[in-house]
Amino acid sequence: MDFGGINPIILIATLMASAVPILLAALGETVVERSGVLNLGVEGMMIIGALGGFVVAVATGSPFLGFVGGAVAGAALSLIFALLTQVFLANQVATGLALTLFGLGVSSLGGQGYNGIKPPRTGPLLPDALADLPVVGPILFGHDWVVYFSIAMTAVLWWVLKASRVGLIIRAVGESHEAAHALGYKVNRIRLMCIAFGGAMAGMGGAYVSLARVPQWVDGITNGQGWIALAIVVFASWRPWRVMIGAYLFGGITVLQLNLQAAGSQFPVWLLPTLALLALAGDIILREINGKNYSDLRKVFYFFATVNALQLLYLSWGKWIPMPVDYLSMSPYLITILVLVIMSAGRRGTANGAPASLGQNFHASR
Amino acid sequence: MTGTETHGGGVRPELLRIEGITKAYPGVVANSDVSFAIGEGEIHALLGENGAGKSTMVKMIYGLIRPDSGQMTLRGAAYQPGKPAEARRLGVAMVFQHFSLFEALNVAENVALGMENPPQMRELSARIRAVSEEYGLPLDPSRMVGDLSAGERQRVEIIRCLLQDPKLLIMDEPTSVLTPQEVEILFKTLRQLSSEGTAILYISHKLEEIRSLCDAATILRRGKVVATCTPRERTAREMAELMVGATLKTPERRVAEKGEVALGVSDLSAASPIPFGTSLKGISFTVAKGEVLGIAGVAGNGQDELLLALSGELKAAPDKVRVASHAVGDLGPVERRKAGLVAAPEDRYGHAAAPDMSLVENAFLTAGVRKGLVRNGFVDWAETRRFAEEIIAAYDVRTPGPDVAARALSGGNLQKFLMGRELMQGASVIVINQPTWGVDAAAAASIRQSILDRAGEGAAVVVISQDLDELLEVSDSFAVLNEGRLTKPRPTEGLTMDQIGLMMGGAHGMEVAHHVG
Repeated sequence: MDFGGINPIILIATLMASAVPILLAALGETVVERSGVLNLGVEGMMIIGALGGFVVAVATGSPFLGFVGGAVAGAALSLIFALLTQVFLANQVATGLALTLFGLGVSSLGGQGYNGIKPPRTGPLLPDALADLPVVGPILFGHDWVVYFSIAMTAVLWWVLKASRVGLIIRAVGESHEAAHALGYKVNRIRLMCIAFGGAMAGMGGAYVSLARVPQWVDGITNGQGWIALAIVVFASWRPWRVMIGAYLFGGITVLQLNLQAAGSQFPVWLLPTLALLALAGDIILREINGKNYSDLRKVFYFFATVNALQLLYLSWGKWIPMPVDYLSMSPYLITILVLVIMSAGRRGTANGAPASLGQNFHASR
Repeated sequence: MTGTETHGGGVRPELLRIEGITKAYPGVVANSDVSFAIGEGEIHALLGENGAGKSTMVKMIYGLIRPDSGQMTLRGAAYQPGKPAEARRLGVAMVFQHFSLFEALNVAENVALGMENPPQMRELSARIRAVSEEYGLPLDPSRMVGDLSAGERQRVEIIRCLLQDPKLLIMDEPTSVLTPQEVEILFKTLRQLSSEGTAILYISHKLEEIRSLCDAATILRRGKVVATCTPRERTAREMAELMVGATLKTPERRVAEKGEVALGVSDLSAASPIPFGTSLKGISFTVAKGEVLGIAGVAGNGQDELLLALSGELKAAPDKVRVASHAVGDLGPVERRKAGLVAAPEDRYGHAAAPDMSLVENAFLTAGVRKGLVRNGFVDWAETRRFAEEIIAAYDVRTPGPDVAARALSGGNLQKFLMGRELMQGASVIVINQPTWGVDAAAAASIRQSILDRAGEGAAVVVISQDLDELLEVSDSFAVLNEGRLTKPRPTEGLTMDQIGLMMGGAHGMEVAHHVG
């Protein structure tokens, strides 16, 4: 059951694992931003977590303790951010950017001497008998515990933010810190805890890169995934399930394009005029449904567009050209953001809004 | 047990006693040796100008800040709430003037945030419905607060308090955002609460309201208690003079000849650029030279949008807005200033002024064009500074100097500066939103006087305000903004409060719900 050398079952199983670092980091950042804090240091916290997790796992021989170590390292770095922004009221954007640079530098320094070491392996959680089942086996039962943990965290955070008291308070603080303060909530303390949580999640995501995905220590190992996590949070409208969709989409297309690169894939040129014809047909159908009129200019446009598309389709029918690697490499970023933008478009007001106090520091004046 | 005297001469058991409370901030003493007592079920007014220390006082009662010295006793026991949660547990609840609702959360969530141990959301919603019907304050628990009118938002706050069976309900300027009819309904609710034994500490500077509602009043001036009285036995003027500590001057109107039309707006519609804002729908009016048009309306009915549309921040088709005979509808603020139209928005920190820039710089920002403060592309700082100093002198702005950041001035002082900045540019059309918001009585009187003076000199003035007394005092004609529509302007003379209330759309959806009793 392969398509152009790609097995869809293995693809799905791989994308679930490859999305874990971004999913964990983005879920943490969702909570942070819901509390009204913009921490741009996700990349820094991830890479510190990657190093912290790697060092602890190598030292103790336990991958589980490695993930704990990654979370602690990420949280520790985020507390620097918390101290600067919540206590000293430093600018959040500048502090977050500095945190990323700091994290990258420190990890590069601290990672000296860990190159070329193999960390202890994180094995699958469930017995092999289950993972060997056809189709559902690799997709549902073949993963290590962190994959299940990341999915569980999505559900838990969704419920916490939507229905629990703690979530309500976090949203309230992010919505209007003045009002929350007037009602007696400790705005900066709540935010501090959210920042630490976000740091721990980012750190754990980073540890997954160095302990399970790669798995070894390389300088700059997180490779910009923290930035993608940040973008996903925004385009997912600060909602955990959409964050998961975004992370899986990104992970999936990353895996897919790597496979395509390996397979030396070809691009079907005839697909372009076909898509153009479909778009034209879709437009006409929508107009018919909505009962809209056709202006003369539009009719002329339809005519020429159809003629041209048919001509191109005839010329290019069955033609394939080698796919440029650059396009493949950028496709995860492009497609993820495109899909999330379409998902978040068309909805206005509160349903889609950013937390109103996002990025603003709070200081109780009187 | 000691008690306070009721209006009827009987003695109420004492609920809360404040003794010798002092609270100082660096540079100011907010409260100095304040003492008073509130009986069970008493409606007690706390009166005073801005900065007299009313807010600080109630924040101490509500546990938001701690007094430096003095004691409070609640039902005979020492009362020192360290945080609002503690105050709420002991039966003290507060309805805030601003800043306590979350627009992107729904009514039930907002209520839950103000409670100690809220029940499940479904049960809470049922209780919100029950209580809101009992007190005639209809509310849908699932609606987003951002979509509610100001009066409805206040109901959310009141219900949030009532769900906790408070013994003392603190209300900070509750009527400033309500139509006269909504005020009546609120007062009915408050009287009902009072008769059930809930004491109410009522902060306001609307003296007629206090006369009709309150059993007792404590008057603060500069942090000290200067008088206590029974409001029904005093006139509003007497109480006002106790608050200010001086006799008040009523602004005088110099009657000017009505000239030709200076500002004409015809069928202006615009979508609101503000989240949760109100779109303008078919606004038409004209203002003649020397005329003051007062525009009333409950907050959030399009006032901000109207100001944006007039100032030029919100553009329209050219002929929708005319200054004299120039069509300026498609021009931005700078071009409109050149054409003679200046505007002063409501929000002082961030809209009317750049808070972190000095007064000199802020003076330049809007007056640069009309006062010719730019020479060969450079700012003429000497001239700008002279203009800023002129404003400071003419409007009695209390500041160490013109180089102080706008943020450092108190709200009232900054407002005086900003009003002066617009009024002293010699414009032919002046648009002001909330000219005296947060300004004390004496300064408010002087701002109103200078508005009338400008009109006397032939300027056309549009005053948008939520203070009806102010509008009746300064305006020649009167119109109301209601859900983005403007009523036809009518001469102010002879208008009654009832008529104005009806123009304002009555009480939003409340007549039916409130049992007539």
